[in-house]
Amino acid sequence: MSNGSLPSDRRGLMKLGAALLPALAGLEAGHAGIGRAEAGTPPAAAPAAYAPGYFTATEWRFLHAFCDRLIPADETGPGAVEAGVPEFIDRQLATPWGFGKLWYMEGPFVDGPPELGVQSPLTPRDLYRQGIAAVEASVRRAQGRAFAELDAAARDAVLHALDKGETDLGPALPSAYFFASVLQDTLHGYFADPVHGGNRGMGGWKMVGFPGARGDFWDWVDRHDGRPYPLPPMSITGRRA
Amino acid sequence: MAETRRPEVDVAIVGFGWCGAIMAKEMREAGLRVVALERGAMRDTWPDGAYPKTLDELTYNVRHRLFQDLSQSTVTIRHNEGQQAVPYRRFGAFLPGQGVGGAGLHWSGCHWRVLPEELRLRSHYEERYGRGFIPDEMTIQDFGVTYAELEPHFDFAEKVFGTSGTAYRVKGQVVGEGNPFEADRSSPFPLPAQKNTYSAELFRRAALEVGFHPFSIPSANTSAPYTNPYDCQMGPCNFCGFCSGYACYMYSKASPNVNILPALRDDPEFELRPGCEVLRVDLDSTGRQATGVTYADAEGNTVTQPARLVIVATFAYNNARLLLLSRIGQPYDPRSGEGTVGRNFNYQNMATIKAFFDTDKYVDPFIGAGGNGVAFDDFNGDHFDHGPLGFVGGSPCWVNQAGNKPASGIALPAGSPGWGAAWKKAARDAYRHTVSMDAHGTNLSYRDCYLSLDPTYRDAWGQPLLRMTFDWHDNDIRMSRYVTAQMEKVARAMAPKSINVLVKQPGAHFDARSYQTTHMGGGAVMGTDPRTSVLNRYLQSWDVHNVFVPGSSAFPQGLGYNPTGTVAALTYWSARAIRGEYLRNPGPLVPR
Repeated sequence: MSNGSLPSDRRGLMKLGAALLPALAGLEAGHAGIGRAEAGTPPAAAPAAYAPGYFTATEWRFLHAFCDRLIPADETGPGAVEAGVPEFIDRQLATPWGFGKLWYMEGPFVDGPPELGVQSPLTPRDLYRQGIAAVEASVRRAQGRAFAELDAAARDAVLHALDKGETDLGPALPSAYFFASVLQDTLHGYFADPVHGGNRGMGGWKMVGFPGARGDFWDWVDRHDGRPYPLPPMSITGRRA
Repeated sequence: MAETRRPEVDVAIVGFGWCGAIMAKEMREAGLRVVALERGAMRDTWPDGAYPKTLDELTYNVRHRLFQDLSQSTVTIRHNEGQQAVPYRRFGAFLPGQGVGGAGLHWSGCHWRVLPEELRLRSHYEERYGRGFIPDEMTIQDFGVTYAELEPHFDFAEKVFGTSGTAYRVKGQVVGEGNPFEADRSSPFPLPAQKNTYSAELFRRAALEVGFHPFSIPSANTSAPYTNPYDCQMGPCNFCGFCSGYACYMYSKASPNVNILPALRDDPEFELRPGCEVLRVDLDSTGRQATGVTYADAEGNTVTQPARLVIVATFAYNNARLLLLSRIGQPYDPRSGEGTVGRNFNYQNMATIKAFFDTDKYVDPFIGAGGNGVAFDDFNGDHFDHGPLGFVGGSPCWVNQAGNKPASGIALPAGSPGWGAAWKKAARDAYRHTVSMDAHGTNLSYRDCYLSLDPTYRDAWGQPLLRMTFDWHDNDIRMSRYVTAQMEKVARAMAPKSINVLVKQPGAHFDARSYQTTHMGGGAVMGTDPRTSVLNRYLQSWDVHNVFVPGSSAFPQGLGYNPTGTVAALTYWSARAIRGEYLRNPGPLVPR
């Protein structure tokens, strides 16, 4: 598989800009079933090299390979990697949220009924560090190589097992919780204003047609004709997509 | 960490949301020296709502910049007495506020008047359906104040808030196409109704087709420029869609910060102290009179603020907590039914329908305003015959498109995947083509739903967290399912491609994980009997006469509507009682 379906994904990787490619050298991903059509959007200007502040090189590769399957690049719109989601997550982990400082984190940590909410003592930084290590260990045990070295179908299988809570990541981290957390952060990075490092080129917004920080719909609110609001997205910075 | 004592003032107000701001203004008009103590930070349109940086979904809706700092204090929750309560560690079902303006800064703006029959709910049901109709476990009761008594205060609050709406009946005359179930008004809304979004217009047409009575939701978002009775100015709402969770950059959404604080800020006899966590109301040796409050300031000093009158105006359920911490009133015991503080805790009872349309029909959900929309009231209050249905309560139904943005989640048709290429297609095909509608119903009060102090968990100042013991009851689930089935007729009349009906199943437990509403009430309820209420009908403590407790905490049971309009009117009602009778003759306004 590692040689089978490179061309289509290689084009996707090219869009990331050369700066990211060294970090992704181990990523030989591809899924023959998903042909990557050019989505009609010119490649975003190559972003300046982003050096992760929190993730190690191994974790960084893992995160790219993981997000790449949560939101793959295809004709519908950019993938999470192309949209800068890993950079978004890394930057978020440096904020008070990353350190669990937006949450009540006093003990004792006792599990209640699931409806009463997460009772984990792990901060987001803890969750990524422990979760990535545990998934990597699980994949290595089962398949003898790193998660990022798996092809797309194999990575999808790992994600499905995590999503269903079937993977043992140790007693402190139910796999469904790890999966849901990374998925949520990925969606946030895909759709948050680009000032936070993700949604590069406003690609997430363009995919669904959200106009971003326009902040004024007076002229459109009562047109009531079922036709789309016509203007493209705009970022807080004033930049238009 | 020094201990200090400040000079005595006439009035100490705990919390500076709507209730605290209204009370501060009213007490200043009475010539009293006022200090307001707010646990959170100073907040105002600038810098907290400044354009363009406020148009940031991640910071405000996802990371909850303007909401309570849960790292310092939260609540614990359990479904019943048999469980150990666990902390509400992250935001989910409800989003309490913190900071100057409180939840009034980041609310939406639906601005309702309580239905007259809801103010005397137990009497009304007993009169129409008989005493046996109300289940034994249901502890609903009358507020002890009538709509006629509150009407002038609803009227004034609407003028302060700059509320947009269409009246139906003014002084007995039908004047417009408002809510035909609405009680009589003394004057029209200060501003005409806002424009409607396409989604609300689709809902209005479909509701008419089904035979219901749609009308524009009264909205504390301005339809035009406005100057209120305090000479505070507002600009017209432009439907920016960054409303709930945000401070309004357009000065269009009523808030204590925009609509009241400008009239107080330069007043030398008024002082607003942010960053002050009130630890307790201090009582004299008899326990029957408050002497002021003690608070921790931002530097960690413990400060005593003597005051002749104390207004407890914290967020909803925290009023009960401060009374419990201050040993004012008798804590409620669900086994004996004795005691009142914490009794009749209540919430809202939401159901939602998502209608998904073809991709050539654009609803554009990012266009919105928090209080805007179209509702029908045919199944709210007692506007329909409950006799054959066998439940108490009801729901207004509406499209209230406040501005749906993608990072907070995109609703998808049932069975859609949550990630991967198929999720992308589903999200793209749904986002701009979905109408969301709610049945925003009553949650009534029950013997086993109450507030108390948690025995295990503490806040950053070492005080016990408040503990909620709360779960859904069969009556409320049956009500919600009935009304949601009526709303489903409207959804289907809109001829969507598919719908999702999100309604509680029989036996469902309270789920704290996903947002419902922040409309908590009770715990320090008003009433006519000190055995079943913490406050008399003027929101005055039965036990300590110089303590008044405005807020939805006074609601003996939940309303069909959003609470803020009724909270504001009750606060003016209470303030006028203080300014009139109480100041002339300080003491209980109602004999015990």
